[in-house]
Order: sequence, then structure tokens, then C-alpha cells
Amino acid sequence: MANNLGLEVKPVTPIPAEEELRVSEWINTEEYREKNFARQALVINPAHTCQPLGAELAAHGFAGCLPFVHGSQGCASYYRSTLNRHFREPAPAVCSAMSEDGAVFGGQNNLHEGLENAFALYKPKMIAVFTSCMPEIIGDDLTAFIRNARQKGHIPQDFPVAYANTPSFNGSHIHGYDAMLLSILQNLTAGKAVEGRCTGKINFIAGFDANTGNYREYKRIFQAMGIPCAFLADISETFDSPLDGTYRLYPGGTGLEEAGDSINGKATLTVAPYATAKTFAWIRENYPGSHAALPMPMGIARTDALLMKLSELFGRPVPDSLKAERGRAVDAMTDSHQYIHGKKFALYGDPDHLTGYVSFLLEMGAVPYHILCSKGSKKLGKEIQALLDASPYGKAGKIYMNRDLWHLRSLLMTDPVDALIGDTHGKFAARDAGIPLFRFGFPIFDRVNRHRFPLIGYQGVINMVTEICNKFIDITDETCDERHFEMMR
Amino acid sequence: MTHPVKKVEGITRESTLEMIDRALVAYPEKGRKKRAPHLAPNDPSSCGACVKSNRKTVPGVMSARGCAYAGAKGVVWGPIRDMLHVSHGPVGCGWYSWGTRRNLMSGRNGVTNFAMQFTSDFQEKDIVYGGDKKLAVLLREARELFPLAKGISVLSECPVGLIGDDINSVARIMSKELDLPVIPCNCEGFRGVSQSLGHHISNDTIRDFVIETREFTEPQTPYDVALIGDYNIGGDVWSVKPLLEEIGLNVKATWTGDGEIERIAATHRVKLNIIHCYRSMNYMSRVMEEKYGIPWIELNFFGPTKIRESLRKLAERFDDRIKENVETAIAKYDPQMQAVIDEYRPRLEGRKVMLYVGGLRPRHTVGAYEDLGMIVVGSGYEFAHSDDYERTSPEMPDATVIYDDASEYELERFVDELKPDLVASGIKEKYVFQKMGLPFRQMHSWDYSGPYHAYKGFPIFARDIDMAINSPTWGFVKSPF
Repeated sequence: MANNLGLEVKPVTPIPAEEELRVSEWINTEEYREKNFARQALVINPAHTCQPLGAELAAHGFAGCLPFVHGSQGCASYYRSTLNRHFREPAPAVCSAMSEDGAVFGGQNNLHEGLENAFALYKPKMIAVFTSCMPEIIGDDLTAFIRNARQKGHIPQDFPVAYANTPSFNGSHIHGYDAMLLSILQNLTAGKAVEGRCTGKINFIAGFDANTGNYREYKRIFQAMGIPCAFLADISETFDSPLDGTYRLYPGGTGLEEAGDSINGKATLTVAPYATAKTFAWIRENYPGSHAALPMPMGIARTDALLMKLSELFGRPVPDSLKAERGRAVDAMTDSHQYIHGKKFALYGDPDHLTGYVSFLLEMGAVPYHILCSKGSKKLGKEIQALLDASPYGKAGKIYMNRDLWHLRSLLMTDPVDALIGDTHGKFAARDAGIPLFRFGFPIFDRVNRHRFPLIGYQGVINMVTEICNKFIDITDETCDERHFEMMR
Repeated sequence: MTHPVKKVEGITRESTLEMIDRALVAYPEKGRKKRAPHLAPNDPSSCGACVKSNRKTVPGVMSARGCAYAGAKGVVWGPIRDMLHVSHGPVGCGWYSWGTRRNLMSGRNGVTNFAMQFTSDFQEKDIVYGGDKKLAVLLREARELFPLAKGISVLSECPVGLIGDDINSVARIMSKELDLPVIPCNCEGFRGVSQSLGHHISNDTIRDFVIETREFTEPQTPYDVALIGDYNIGGDVWSVKPLLEEIGLNVKATWTGDGEIERIAATHRVKLNIIHCYRSMNYMSRVMEEKYGIPWIELNFFGPTKIRESLRKLAERFDDRIKENVETAIAKYDPQMQAVIDEYRPRLEGRKVMLYVGGLRPRHTVGAYEDLGMIVVGSGYEFAHSDDYERTSPEMPDATVIYDDASEYELERFVDELKPDLVASGIKEKYVFQKMGLPFRQMHSWDYSGPYHAYKGFPIFARDIDMAINSPTWGFVKSPF
């Protein structure tokens, strides 16, 4: 008998319609929710991915830097496709294409051959190597491998190669971002510290932020403040390059010299404390200028904090143009508060984004109700709780750390909200719950140009208010009965 | 079928060889030596493959290939709608392959269809202590939360094989405990050279664990067939299946697009297997032929010319009733298809296309472009084997370039020289060529459109190709200042 599982041969049995109906109702119940939350081993629809993807994003932020995946070919294809789909832009990266023999003999030969080919074909100014699972498990020693590559002449002695260990069975994409950024900066700044030199610039780190509009917005703010900026890992051009008939392999990124000179910067500021924890700790130790870590500037108060910090660090007043912008954002919020005040939201995403969403919603009088992170920490939970506690609109908020989007679905069905904020992967849960999904964060595969609209700064406030409130107005128009269908809303 | 040898003006064996040489110049010597056998001018008269294939990807070269896991999860197992597919290992592989291949499914999400991401989300401790125990717990939880699931596949990611877990034994024990097929598939990404091995491994698991475990309850007929190697991309199965039914055949199972595991398990009772994607499923067609004496036939449902040929080839396997039905269908659809051609051909006549895809598309779609008056000037596969190139050669014009596992660098050089009007390839190539100002269609996924198969698909294909090439936005690529 062909049945190797030892099961009986049975007739093909379709699922009865009433059984399908019973289960489809059952999965929306409290009883199901309890079973769902009792899960110990199975993860369903997580809202995070593995470290190397983040490492690749960081590598793309430097001019002429070629991301190099040390591991199986398939990993590289997955990271590239994901970035392609989110940005609708090219994401050039190579890999060492390890296979069975790599598992047995180690990946040094693959890495060496790969470095040599990549250097010849794609003429990078720097290569950023990061690992996927396989070399991490077999214990490949990147330090030695890269030293040997230089000795054997696969790459020139002085060619910059940064490398980071980014095992996929640990942390998430934000940790890979941190590890790669740290390595690149360590590499580029080595020996560049000059006693008494000051670039006069702010070194700015946005962290794992896949919104090119945010990057442009930061730059605009610095310009308005008259503060020169060295953006560390600037993907704004890399993933938003012009269509003009020429394909550029490296269309943007922070200049390598500028990044190296960042060690002589006047100040270093990160707005992604969770996605740059190690990098920033290292900078504190090694960069002589002043340092500041702020939360991602979503909402008015956090943008205010950013401007005041910049003002403090550089001794410059906030200019009238930004004051006027602030006023316009507050005007937009007040004009539209009635459409969002008291509305309940469920949120999920990366830690730095989540605290931003909560902060913004509270400022609008909206209620952050279910707050979920599929790769969170106690520290994040506490920070969000403190935010909730500080506002009357935060009283009902509940925090779920290390829960996934199938848990979230149970929450939406048993304890409903008015809308969801998160990435594209939440669309099935939103549909089942009959509520809109506001696509902020990463990845967004199913809407165009989302990454071009800034969510940070005062302009970000206006954008979020516009998108959310107009959607609620649309829903009223689409669902109200005829006698309530009015010209004005 | 014999094919007249097609020629393209300006393309000769010499011109193509020179172009290949120019593309290889930039490589270091070792890399050049490895890549050279994978690039060649087509030679339809040789009846063989003109390029080497199914070799290891050259490190450091931007390849478009995936891995064995991608072939197993994304292609073969993933589309079976009434099972849970567990990506066993770290979170990434499952996350990347979640909903990204567009294999559409019937049923209710989370109730009777499971287009979701199930993972064991390996952490460091699972690497150190092994993940077998976690897997057993996970399977029990899955059974409890999704009671209508007809089975569970366990698709292993790289670490599982490297640390020496025994998912096969866990699957055997848990199948009994849960009274549910739990299918172990050892498709670690480092195995083999591409996703192709993942197809093969998956088929072997279907052979070993699935087929012959179910019986159809309805009586058998001489018209019982299975549709093999159609993954319902953008609804392709929902275009082909009704056509087969229209000509009087009973499609008992679809492999694996919108597939149901129990019907797949009973496929050993069909009279003929109709295979679409030869690359991913020829192994299974052969197994069923050897073991159960089920003959199989390769068909091409892209574009009216190939559909017509295919339907007639299919009719030869059946009685007069089917033959008559086929002629009736052709007579019914031909005018509709001619109307599509009349609309689009004037705008597409003589336009050149370069293809670079996987599976069957680099050869099967050639006829559909030709129906629209277009010329295919280059073709190649990400993960083909020799027999794919043998089948491609007669479809392609003489001396046009054939490339296997092409690097992005090589494709760029060929595009520079051949100046096609359309590149039809995948997501990783799409934006590269669009930045050059070149019209592009994603041919793995029909660029979020489809279906492209059969009579329902051709009008959509024609519209999409026309809109890609003739989009007025291309007129703005060069600024006037």
C-alpha cells in the first residue's frame, strides 16, 4: 500500500456547508480566542521578518554599496523581491549561493568567488556582507574569510567590506538593520576621527524606515532649520530614483566619505531607538560630539521634541516657516477631529512605528485599543503603557507583545474596533472584521505610492489625518441610508 | 508537431555569438568560464539543448533564482487550498513566500482555505536543542484551531536539515495521533541548485504520502482527467478547467492550483493526466504512468494557435464525441480570438520581446506573442533542465539568444544590444528595465492581472501586452529640456 503514514484509505469527502458555516462562526468567538491565545508553538501570520532583510535595507543606504548575502541563493531572492514589491524599485544585491557542499565544507570558497565576481561586474565602492541561516549554523567565520579574501587578492587590500552576523533565528528585520548599520559605520569611520575637527553637521539616523517620503521630510526640516546633515543610511534616492531612461545600479545613498567623517560630527541623533540600539550605543562610546535619541517624530508633540532638540543642539531657533507649518497641522487636526475622536484603533508593526501611531492617535482624541507587536519586548510594552497612561484616551488601550496577526484577528472579532493601522499583511483580518486598514509601515504591496507620503513631522500629521478622516467619511457615504446621504459631511 | 524554422532579420549565429562574448568580457576568468556554456544562439535543427543548465549558480552574480524551499512552498504545496502549510524553521522564509505567488484559492480564509503563514518561528534555543518537540506541539495546536483542514504539510527550511531534526518521524507519529495526513517535505533551501529540486522533492512526498490514500465516490468514466502543473496564477485554473469541461472531460483534480488534497490523493484513478508546467510536475506524470498506467500529455494553453493545436492533440486521445466537442469549441472561440487579434495586432506587429522566466513560460508563451504579430528575440529560464531547452529550441527563431540562469548583468547587455520593445520577466528584473524606459510585464505573476491561460486568458494577455508597450507614459521618459 502506498500510504506511508499508516492511515486508512478513505473516500473523498467534501466539507458539508453547515460544517463550514459552523466553523466560520466559531473562529469569531470568545471560546476560539481563548484557544488561540493558548498557543505555545505555532506562529500564524507574524508581523515581522528575519534579520537579513533589514541588513540589506541598511546597506542600500550607502552610495555605491552592494549588499551581499552570505548564504543560500533563495534568501537573497526573497529579500530583493520583498524590497522590489514594497518600493516598486530595483534592489540590486548579490549572494554567495551556498549549497550542499557549502554546508559540508563551509562557505569560504563561495564567499571568495562571490566577492571577486561582484567586484568585477557591479563595480561597487563598498560591499556589505550579511549572513542568512546557513553560515550562522555551520559557524562560518566572516572575519577570517574576509581577511583571507584580501590576502588572496579576491578584493583589493583597501576595499571596504563591512560584515554583520544576522541569523534569521534571532531578532527581526530591525535587529539586522542595526547590526549592518553598525558594521558599516565602524568600517567607514575607522581611523577617521580627527582631534579638534568638527563637520558642523548633525549625523541623523532614521532606522528601519521604508518610507522614502519620511527621509525627504527630515531633510526638508533640517534645511529649514539651517542645519547641515549627514544622513546615515539614506535610502531616499536608492528607492525612489527617477524614470529617465537610464538604469543606475547605485542611484543614491550616503556618500562613504561623508559617512566616515560622521565620527567628527557636531551631534548624532537617532529617531529609531529600537532599530538602532546597538549602533547608537556604539556611537555614544566612540563619537565625540553630542548625542540624542528621540522617538520617531509622529504627531505634534514628537515633532516639537525633534525641533526643540535640534534647536538646543545647534543653538538655532525654530524658524517661522516651521512654526507656520505646525500651525497648519494643528489647524488640520482641529478641522477634522470630529471624524476621528473616540474612534477605536488596532495597531501592529515595528516598535518605533507603534509608539508613533499611539502618540498621534492620542493627540487626535482617538483610542489606541489593541496594540500588538509580533516581535516586541518588555521595554516596548512599558513605553507604550506609559504613553497610554498619560492620556485620558489611552485608558482602554491593551498591549499584546509577541502576538501575531491571527491573535489580532481574534481580538478584532471578539472586541471590535473601527479601524486597523499596519502593513499589507493585515488586509485579511481587516476584511473579516469589516473595517479599513490604514497601510502605514512595511511592507505595503497592494497600494501605490504609500512610501512617498511622509508620516513624520507636521506634514506627516496632515497626511495621516487626511487619509484616516476621509476614509471614515467615505464609509459614511458608502453605507448610510438614502435619507442620510447629504451634500455636506 | 514540426515547426518551420523562424528567422529574425539582423540576427545571425555570428551576431549572437559576438553579443554573448561582449557580455562575458567583464567577468573574471573563472566566472566567465562558468557562465559561457549557459549562453548560446538557438539552433532549432539540432534537436537538442544549446545551453548547459541545472548547474550551481555562480557566486557574486545577480541571479534571479530561488531555492528548494521556494519551489516546494511557493509552487507545489502552497496552492493546495485545504491544507495548512507549515514553514518549519525561522520566520523569514514563510513570511517572504506568504501570498506572493498569486495562486488564487476558493474557500473561506482560515476555515476551508489557508492562504496564511504558519511557522514554527525558530529561535536560537530551537537551533541548539532541535525543533522536533516544538513541531509536535505546533501540529496539535494547528489541528485544534483549524478543524476543517484536510492535512498539514511541514516544509523544512535550511536550519532543520543542518541541525539534523527528524521531521519525518514526527510527521509519522502525529499523523496517527491527529488522524490527519501530516506530510514531511525535506526541502531545505540549500539543497540542489534552484527551486527546481523543491518541485521534485515535493512530488516525491506526494508520491510517498498522498496518492492512493483516497478514492473518488462517484463512478469512473472514460473522460476522467487531472490537470497537472497549473497553479492558478491569477485564476488560470479557473480558465482551463471550464474549457476542459466544455469539451466533455471531467477534471477530477487540479495539481495544485486551487487544489484539494483528497482529490489529489485519488488522482491514481484518472484516465489521462494533462500537464501544463512540465518542469515542476513531469516527475509525477511519469510516476503515475509507471505505477498506474495513466498516460500523460503536455499541452500549451497560451494564445489561440497553441490552444487550437493543444485541444486537437488532446482530442486524439479520446473518442469522436470529444473530437466533435473540440471542433465545436474551436469554431465558437476562434472568431472571438480573431477579434482580439484584429484589435491588438496592428499596434503590436513586429514588436520584439525578450523573455526570462521559469517553469514553462519561456517557451509556452512564444506562440501567444506570435499570434499578436510579435517576435521573440531571446529566451531563457531561471531553473530549467536540458529537456526544457530541447522543447524551447523549436519554438524560438533561429540564432536568437538563449540564456540559462542569466545574471542581471547579462540581461542588461543583451537588452542594450537587441533593443526589445518589451521585456517579460520577474519582479527582480521589472524595475531595472522600466528605469531604462523599457516596457515590462511580470510573467511569473501576470503583473497582478490574469488569467492568461486558455480562451478566457488570451484577451487579458493581449490587453496587458498592448497596455505595457503602448502606455502613453513612456512618451514622458525623456524630458524636453
